[in-house]
Amino acid sequence: MSSGNPQPEIGPIEYEYGKEHSLPLEFNLRKLAETRKPILLPGHRLCAGCGAAIVIKLIGYALRGPTVIANATGCIEVATTIFPYTSWAIPWIHVAFENAAAVASGIEAAYKAFQEAGRLPYKNVDVIALAGDGGTYDIGIQALSGMAERGHKVLYVLYDNEAYMNTGIQRSGGTPIYAWTTTSPVGSIIPGKTQPKKPIADIMVAHRIPYVATATAAHWADLFRKVRRGLEANGPAFLHVLSSCNRGWRHALEVAVEVSRRAVDTCYFPLWEYKLGEGYYLTDRSLQIARNPKLKQPIEKYLELQERFRHILRPEAAKLLKQLQEYVDAVWQDLLNRAVNAPK
Amino acid sequence: MLKPRVPLEEQKVMPVNGDEAVAYAVKQCLVDVVAAYPITPQTIIVEKFSEFVANGEVKTQYVPVESEHSAMSACIGAAAAGARTFTSTSAQGLALMWENLYIASGLRLPIVMAVVNRALSAPINIHCDHSDAYGMRDSGWIQLFVENSQEAYDTTIQAFKIAEHPEVQLPVAVNLDGFFLSHTLENVYMLPDEEVHRFLGGYRKLVKTYVDYLNREVEYKLDPANPLSIGSLDLYDYYFEHKMPQVEAMKKASDVVRRVNEEWYELTGRSYGDGVIDSYAVEDADAVVIVLGSSAGTMKYVASLMRQKGFKVGVVRLRMFRPFPFSEVRELLKGVKVVGVMDRGLSFGSYGPLYLEVNTAFYYSKERPLLVNYIYGLGGRDLSPAMAEEVFMDLIEVAKISEVREHLKFIGVRS
Repeated sequence: MSSGNPQPEIGPIEYEYGKEHSLPLEFNLRKLAETRKPILLPGHRLCAGCGAAIVIKLIGYALRGPTVIANATGCIEVATTIFPYTSWAIPWIHVAFENAAAVASGIEAAYKAFQEAGRLPYKNVDVIALAGDGGTYDIGIQALSGMAERGHKVLYVLYDNEAYMNTGIQRSGGTPIYAWTTTSPVGSIIPGKTQPKKPIADIMVAHRIPYVATATAAHWADLFRKVRRGLEANGPAFLHVLSSCNRGWRHALEVAVEVSRRAVDTCYFPLWEYKLGEGYYLTDRSLQIARNPKLKQPIEKYLELQERFRHILRPEAAKLLKQLQEYVDAVWQDLLNRAVNAPK
Repeated sequence: MLKPRVPLEEQKVMPVNGDEAVAYAVKQCLVDVVAAYPITPQTIIVEKFSEFVANGEVKTQYVPVESEHSAMSACIGAAAAGARTFTSTSAQGLALMWENLYIASGLRLPIVMAVVNRALSAPINIHCDHSDAYGMRDSGWIQLFVENSQEAYDTTIQAFKIAEHPEVQLPVAVNLDGFFLSHTLENVYMLPDEEVHRFLGGYRKLVKTYVDYLNREVEYKLDPANPLSIGSLDLYDYYFEHKMPQVEAMKKASDVVRRVNEEWYELTGRSYGDGVIDSYAVEDADAVVIVLGSSAGTMKYVASLMRQKGFKVGVVRLRMFRPFPFSEVRELLKGVKVVGVMDRGLSFGSYGPLYLEVNTAFYYSKERPLLVNYIYGLGGRDLSPAMAEEVFMDLIEVAKISEVREHLKFIGVRS
């Protein structure tokens, strides 16, 4: 960087034992960039324009203090820790694909044991489980559900790029309907994936855990607040972050944030949070849309950036596009009906 | 005999089954985290331990996970955070853990697990054989087998010391036979809590390792003061080198198992052979069987009866299956005419895993005993004294004709 702006020293973040570590939630991006060390250091091998790298960096800015990350197998794991290098400035562990939530459960249990025995050299250590859509919707849902049911104080972050991108863009339970992937190819008969996305965040709400929220990198202040609330929740919290993958979504490298913004503008991916005992709240842009429905964009605005939906935008697929719009509208309306702060 | 530090009269006798013996042992080991899932015949361990937790008799965090896969995952997470951890399972549960077994050893986490041996499905069966333990033999775990519930108690405590030894740092599986031990009452001598604490040196101690990007030696754990990345992607340029310390640690484990057995003897007055091999009447024997687990009791009993009739037979019970004591077996059975290897499980299309190891042990010896593999007791089929005698008589016949006509024999199965 040649900007001349002061920057924090790049390197491991080391929290001294026995000291008070309570980081304020800071919204001044310049101040953050100049003073707060990033948790994900430069030099990782994630693709240019990767949404997940942005999401993780943003999450790092919202941490409270000492934090440990349990990462599921996936792009993040393979691209950030190729031995002998690591991009992680905070303690990080990867065990396997389906068990980030179980590993995080064990870490949390260990710190609890240390704390009760007076052996934890910190007032608190936050535990974050980090997994992609494959590791969450599909192979990891059992461990996630178990972690939620047992009430471990863990913030589970799903970075959802809507397919198995690490293995080469195969469909997952998080892949949206009609999306092209290498295992839901667009054929002469079948137009990509034929099943809609699993409502994973609602499934987590159904677990009656203290906090569930959706977020994107485009709405970073909203993301900061949600990470903080998830960490402060008195029990398991689940944060569903839509995270674009330009390789799998087939879009230009520079639109990772824009595509996330449009996902919210079209109500394809509404921003909300759920607080146990209070209910659903729309947040940020989604609350603005609820108050002023004219802001809601047609689904084409989201699809048009992405080649994975190209076939849906062809004139002969008008019926499919209409169905998709109706599906998005129905899910949005359902959320409006539930949201405590939506105008009635 | 040396007077043990805790004489027998100061040890508490408890009428418990094998599972309970394990649970009582774990209760005394200052375990930080237990994560387990119920499966017959291991269930009593988790039930009993839950009682200890519910009554505040133990400070352990008990994580009642939703599967064995998560049990081992949670143990890995907890152990990586620096905790002393324990789990237990059987058969299908162990099979479900499989990928994590390799990860636990590959990450050098000294987790202790009781494996209450049970046959693998299909057909589904809840009773004892060693197919579950054989299934994990290549996973990098130290595998110990016990003969009775007293040994289950003793070995569970020893296992933490072995696993956490600075030169070992490997997970340990304590195998006890399902139902034969897990559900059978026995008087077990137990130590006072503080003696167990002292034996283990208190809470788990962590090893230190030099980390280049921190430029210092740090404890190997997830620690916000010393941020390590554990479980990195490791490709062809490093993976092989990273497997070599595992090879070395396994080599060192044998000595540690022996030393811990000696220390246990000084503490309690109990020991199990040299810790690795427990033998009976082998010195002048013409025919010897090698066996794992509780069946050793039956074999020893029958051997003693046959000795009275003048047959020179003996029994070798391997207490340690991994690492396999090749040279010890070779040394012990030097000069024996015929050795019967008894496997409670087999590799389909091959032989019993124990038999294959014993063959390897003798391959480079000039004088090799004749070897016969007996598969017995699958799915919990009892090994009766009559069957045991049949094995010995068969071996004596082999010794007489100096020829093995059938290398693989099945004992106690209807034709």
